[in-house]
Amino acid sequence: MNRVVIDKDRCKACEMCVSVCNKELIEISDELNAKGYHPVELHDPEQCTACGLCALVCPEGGIAVYKAKKAG
Amino acid sequence: MAGQRLLMKGTEAIAEAAIRAGCHHFFGYPITPQTEIPEYMSVRLPPLGGTYLQAESEVAAINMLYGAGGAGVRVMTSSSSPGVALMSEGFSYLVGAEVPAVIVNIMRGGPGLGNIAPAQGDYLEMTRGFGHGDMHAIVLAPSTVQEAVDVMGLAFDLADEYRNPVVVIGDGLLGQMMEPVSFPDTEPKVFDKPWATTGKAKSRPRNITNSLYLDADQLEAHVRDLDVKFQRMDVEQRAECWMTDDHPEIVIVAYGTMARIAKTAIRQLRAKGLSVGLYRPITAWPFPSRALEPLVEPTRAFLTVEMSLGQLVQDIRAQVGRRRPVSFYGRAGGVVPTVEEIISQVELLHASLAAA
Amino acid sequence: MIEPLATDEKVVFERTEVLTDHALHYCPGCTHGIAHRLIAEVIEEMDIQDRTIGVCPVGCSVLAYQYFDVDIQQAAHGRAPAVATGIRRVLPPDRYVFTYQGDGDLASIGMGEILHAANRGEKITVIFLNNAIYGMTGGQMAPTTLPGQKTTTSPFGRDTAQTGHPIRMCEMLNTLVEPVLIARGSLSSPKGINRAKKLIRQAFELQHQGFTFVELLSTCPTGWGITPTDAVKWLDRNMTPFFPLQVFREPGAMPDASHKYAPDLKVRDEA
Repeated sequence: MNRVVIDKDRCKACEMCVSVCNKELIEISDELNAKGYHPVELHDPEQCTACGLCALVCPEGGIAVYKAKKAG
Repeated sequence: MAGQRLLMKGTEAIAEAAIRAGCHHFFGYPITPQTEIPEYMSVRLPPLGGTYLQAESEVAAINMLYGAGGAGVRVMTSSSSPGVALMSEGFSYLVGAEVPAVIVNIMRGGPGLGNIAPAQGDYLEMTRGFGHGDMHAIVLAPSTVQEAVDVMGLAFDLADEYRNPVVVIGDGLLGQMMEPVSFPDTEPKVFDKPWATTGKAKSRPRNITNSLYLDADQLEAHVRDLDVKFQRMDVEQRAECWMTDDHPEIVIVAYGTMARIAKTAIRQLRAKGLSVGLYRPITAWPFPSRALEPLVEPTRAFLTVEMSLGQLVQDIRAQVGRRRPVSFYGRAGGVVPTVEEIISQVELLHASLAAA
Repeated sequence: MIEPLATDEKVVFERTEVLTDHALHYCPGCTHGIAHRLIAEVIEEMDIQDRTIGVCPVGCSVLAYQYFDVDIQQAAHGRAPAVATGIRRVLPPDRYVFTYQGDGDLASIGMGEILHAANRGEKITVIFLNNAIYGMTGGQMAPTTLPGQKTTTSPFGRDTAQTGHPIRMCEMLNTLVEPVLIARGSLSSPKGINRAKKLIRQAFELQHQGFTFVELLSTCPTGWGITPTDAVKWLDRNMTPFFPLQVFREPGAMPDASHKYAPDLKVRDEA
């Protein structure tokens, strides 16, 4: 399964990643981070194509994306 | 040509002395009466593999010093009063970020555009830190071409030793006069500069040249560290006491070119039988109080002579206080007090002492 | 924070090690962070971290020296090109020197320094962030503020009759002979970000040939008073028409041949 690792303490909830996710898999969470923002979270990770756009537009450099190699 | 005596113009001797002190990088902007320094550098430095660069302004020049000095090389600029004033911002950054560099100020008449005649009107500007914030820098004030040569080497050593800019002040007379000089045969001192921004080797953390401390407590700690350094610079006090061994009745106080004229006056006064000596600061900052102190008791009166309207005299009065009278004679706007004027001032002072 | 890479996956995106671990101080959605990352990625990919010296400005990116893991100098307001000149002229030629400057720093107080560094052909890379406003001091009018744009010091909109039109730095620098790369990109979209990175990479690669300049149109959601996602739309709609995204200068592409003129008048020639 593809992985999107969000550094929640860097997140400032600017929603740039939310706006570029073609699958609309990223949303603002209810939790609060150390800076007082509601960091984003990924839901339905199995839907993620690991396109990397969320990481590309993240001003905080707070997202890492890994693509699963095809089995076999 | 080491050891050999050469006849050189003050400005060119200053430039040559800087090169021999290991300064192969010069950034500056033309302004009278010091333009021979950049002209000389533009001939001498390129063949040495160094840098001569005519900056677009004095503002740019001092910031080029910041970049080059921060990268760890010996670097200098020279200018004259209005141009130096433009460097005040960058000078403060040099101090704040602890970047060594040497700035030569061949002073001219002010304020404003003033004129290009020799003057000493920047004394207070130079000695009170010359920049925003709590700061100081060593100010060297040579009075002969040979001494200018000597203090250039010293200036670079002091800049590197304290990681602080050093100022050398002269005036148009010193810059234009030709005198025989000899250059030291010694190799320039080499200082280790592990702090320089030369490219971060993998083995060390990055180096940062910076004067920004947004946190007030951190900035205070930094400024206090700098202040400790400024206090350490006190050991660099230098002064000449000339014809003072016989405890003269009157001591003339003067620096730079003015002190040379005072010496001529003193010789003639002594020939007339008057008892006169000279106290001459070589470091305008730190003010050489230790050399002045032993003169205070034996001297009946001080006379400060300046090519400005009462700047150095403030430091003399601050130290002598009410213990002895300190009188003042100065000319401004590029007018230089003559030997005759000084003699007449001393004679007046002598007469008033005799009447008292 | 980054979990170890599983053997059965490949990295699509990871934070570059040329950025330090410092959390960025910028406002939410500010594109400074993206520009920092692109520069750091280029330095990492070119493997020049040990030969790179950065120069940071005064403005919102005044703290940029905390974020790049390279030797770095903090310059006075507008003076970064002069500081970079000092560094470039005294260090070995294999070093890479870049400045990072905003529009107030570069196009207002530092106009003299940038023009002359470009005109001398200083072998440096200048990354110029243009967000049409003074961010750090709280949203005042910049030399690049658009006509009619409201800021805290143009509360009724920039009046061009009083304050002129925005300055187009790329176009102005393109009148000079020496620069080898002058280009404008935008950080408003993934496509723009990828293109911006290519421009930064090209600038660093060409740096040892001469002066290289990359302007990046950027957002200031806080200063503009809109959300980050609206800000990128505002940029595309309002800034791009006035600041076209173009490569103005590339090697071998001088606008005309006037620089080849060499006067034959001899002066001060004693030979």
